[in-house]
Amino acid sequence: MAYDKLEKDVKIDIDRILEDLDKYEPRRRGWVWRKHEENLQMGPFTFHDMTTPLKQSVGLPSSKYFDGMDPQPAPVITTEIASGRFEDDIRRMRMAAWHGADHIMVIRTAGQSHMDGLVEGTPQGIGGVPITRKQVRAQRKALDLIEDEVGRPINYHSYVSGVAGPDVAVMFAEEGINGAHQDPQYNVLYRNINCVRSFVDACESKKIMAWADIAQIDGAHNANATAREAWKVMPELIVQHAINSLFSRKVGMKPENICLSTVPPTAPPAPCVYLDLPYAVALRDFLRDYKMRAQMNTKYMEASAREATVTHVLNMLISKLTRADIQSTITPDEGRNVPWHIYNIEACDTAKQTFVGMDGLMEMVELKKEGPLVEMSREIRERACLFMEEIVEVGGYFQAVQEGFFVDSGKYPERNGDGIARKIEGGIGYGFIYERDEDYMAPVTAHFGYNNVAQYGGDPADPAALIGGCTFEDRSKIVYIDELDETDNVNVRLAEVEKYRKSSLIKPEMEWLADGTIMLNMFIPANKRVAEVVAVEIGKKLGLVDPEVINREIMQEAEGTRIEMKGKVDFDIDVDTLVIPPEPHVLSDAEIRADIDANPMKVVCATVGEDEHSVGLREIIDIKHGGIEKYGIEVHYLGTSCPVEKLVDAAVELNADAIMASTIISHDNIHYKNMKRIHELAVEKGIRDKVMIACGGTQVIPEEAVKQGVDAGFGRNSHGVDVATFLVERRREMNK
Amino acid sequence: MKRADDFQERRKHLANMTDEELFNHFWAVTEQVVDPLLELGRKNTTPSVERAVLLRMGISSMDTKAIVEGCMDKGLMGKGAGHVVYKLAKAKGIEIKEAAALLAAGEAWDEAAALFK
Repeated sequence: MAYDKLEKDVKIDIDRILEDLDKYEPRRRGWVWRKHEENLQMGPFTFHDMTTPLKQSVGLPSSKYFDGMDPQPAPVITTEIASGRFEDDIRRMRMAAWHGADHIMVIRTAGQSHMDGLVEGTPQGIGGVPITRKQVRAQRKALDLIEDEVGRPINYHSYVSGVAGPDVAVMFAEEGINGAHQDPQYNVLYRNINCVRSFVDACESKKIMAWADIAQIDGAHNANATAREAWKVMPELIVQHAINSLFSRKVGMKPENICLSTVPPTAPPAPCVYLDLPYAVALRDFLRDYKMRAQMNTKYMEASAREATVTHVLNMLISKLTRADIQSTITPDEGRNVPWHIYNIEACDTAKQTFVGMDGLMEMVELKKEGPLVEMSREIRERACLFMEEIVEVGGYFQAVQEGFFVDSGKYPERNGDGIARKIEGGIGYGFIYERDEDYMAPVTAHFGYNNVAQYGGDPADPAALIGGCTFEDRSKIVYIDELDETDNVNVRLAEVEKYRKSSLIKPEMEWLADGTIMLNMFIPANKRVAEVVAVEIGKKLGLVDPEVINREIMQEAEGTRIEMKGKVDFDIDVDTLVIPPEPHVLSDAEIRADIDANPMKVVCATVGEDEHSVGLREIIDIKHGGIEKYGIEVHYLGTSCPVEKLVDAAVELNADAIMASTIISHDNIHYKNMKRIHELAVEKGIRDKVMIACGGTQVIPEEAVKQGVDAGFGRNSHGVDVATFLVERRREMNK
Repeated sequence: MKRADDFQERRKHLANMTDEELFNHFWAVTEQVVDPLLELGRKNTTPSVERAVLLRMGISSMDTKAIVEGCMDKGLMGKGAGHVVYKLAKAKGIEIKEAAALLAAGEAWDEAAALFK
């Protein structure tokens, strides 16, 4: 049977994803934006900027106070998932989609941009995933199931660059990839690929991407991450964006598929908003025809996840004050390791939380039309103009690259002479550029440039007709290769973790199934260096394998250090050997309220015996603490050290529906003895069959309480809703 | 090259432009940078462009590498690797796939080259 549906409480089955991949066909081509919902009503609120809600999702932690509502902001939200094992990444993709990601970006394995030709099979990657047809197909197939499950299309994305850019573009077009990075400047500056080769290849890649309706993201943000003083490269960033955008448009890409990867260049403790906002305004003015993919700052990122999160929230303030069509998220642990599952999710939640919180902001504030914002923005644009003019003056783009114009740390036109210079006649792929002869011919769709199909009677508007259609018209022509390496492939990896996939054994994980990695947080009352060594020793004594400190923050030089540490556990837990009590069941607030409205309820309560504790019971009853009063239950509180006789008498007198007793002191089992006495007194007074009795306290074990004759016991961590649920349900039973 | 910030000097011709004029000027200059790059793409080809052509013709990624390498060895890149496969298939009266398999196996190269003489 085809694998066509996920159940929310069943893990995605990687074996079934891999089954029949040779027959898989992508369900669509092209990029999908979110759908704006005018004046969306959710819970008690009207939202202004939100989009169609998901069918199933995980809301923010505080959504529990709002009936679980999970509004979805306007920008498409990106998460980058590439741990090296694409099969484990599929599970993370599902988690991310449930938290609101609808743009899943897969980073390539280290070195793939220098591999000449397509990689096939499913080898393990380093710092990314080897992008292959099988891997892409498996992930796209999984995302088809996941998007059905959450009820929103998911855009799948990777990279069209390196010396095999056009090869990869063809494969992506065939496999229904929705977004891709493509920017020849990136190849030139950061991958030292020959500049002529990069641009010739880019023409072909972009033409293919345009055919496949793939949204393109450029690579300009790397200048920000690379430059020594990132806030000075703003004019150059605009120049790079403009070159790639216009180049792409002229190849045939539609402007709404051209997205700029733009980063607010600075971060605290720099006054980042003051610097970044004018830049964002300048960029969005000059590049007004194109989409903004707002990336987050990675340049000034340390190991503190908290610091990264705050920087990213400030980045999104810039997005909100200006414009972002796609909001990228950077995992807050990127400063210390290849991102872990939980931080992808954290980053998605940070984006969702921030945008939901700023909903409607621009209906209330606007950017000033005079003053420093306008002046600084104009200056950045003028500097960008001058940069572009000088490129033309020196003889064009390649000459400018050769002269080290780019990634110079000077604020253009200032130059510090530390830019990245690449020779026109040099770099990887140099010498592999061939002029097309007069009879040059390529009988395929979406081929850029001179193509003499007329010599065979072909139609220049449909060159592929010469061969009866190419793979773009006829999928059956695609050659699917399964695996090329017998030892380095997904089947071998899955076999290694078989027992954790198909048994009751569980190990904790951060990136790969059963990797055993855990993280510990601690405060060590010593200086940073000592704290680090002490922490590792603690890790060893706890039996962790390879304990390693991943973050140190000084609280005070002498007083101590905050430590985050990772390590691996070398044991597993067999779930079958555990007794797992069910989650306590509670009714919804609305249901409880409705029940009490229809049938008012009265309770008497007290802390009984020689016991002056009042906090526990007050938490259960007080409206301020979410206690049972909030549902409209009438509470008669008799105070502390209340004799049990007085409590039961009050119940008789007031004709109460329930008696609630708190008993904290447990010496000599006095708490259980008091419960038993309440029950007996109620029997003696003839009210036991009409009154409910509930007893609670920190030392109360519910089962033991019931053995004393009362109806329910509530131990540590009980809340008003637990008690109210009991009262409502028990009364329903009694009235049957 | 090192250069002090001479922005005030350089900007003189921009100073009096309106924002819209500046916008138009910026894109006019950008066009001058971009146009020659597109021309390169129209006139030239590369191994990866040709592999991408062969892929679309239904040839496996492994064979595309072998065929493009053969085209470079035989000086046929200017004709187009897809063209070489196409012409060989036509001349021999065989399918594109079969012609590609021959070339990928290192066979029929002299015959293919002769077709372009």
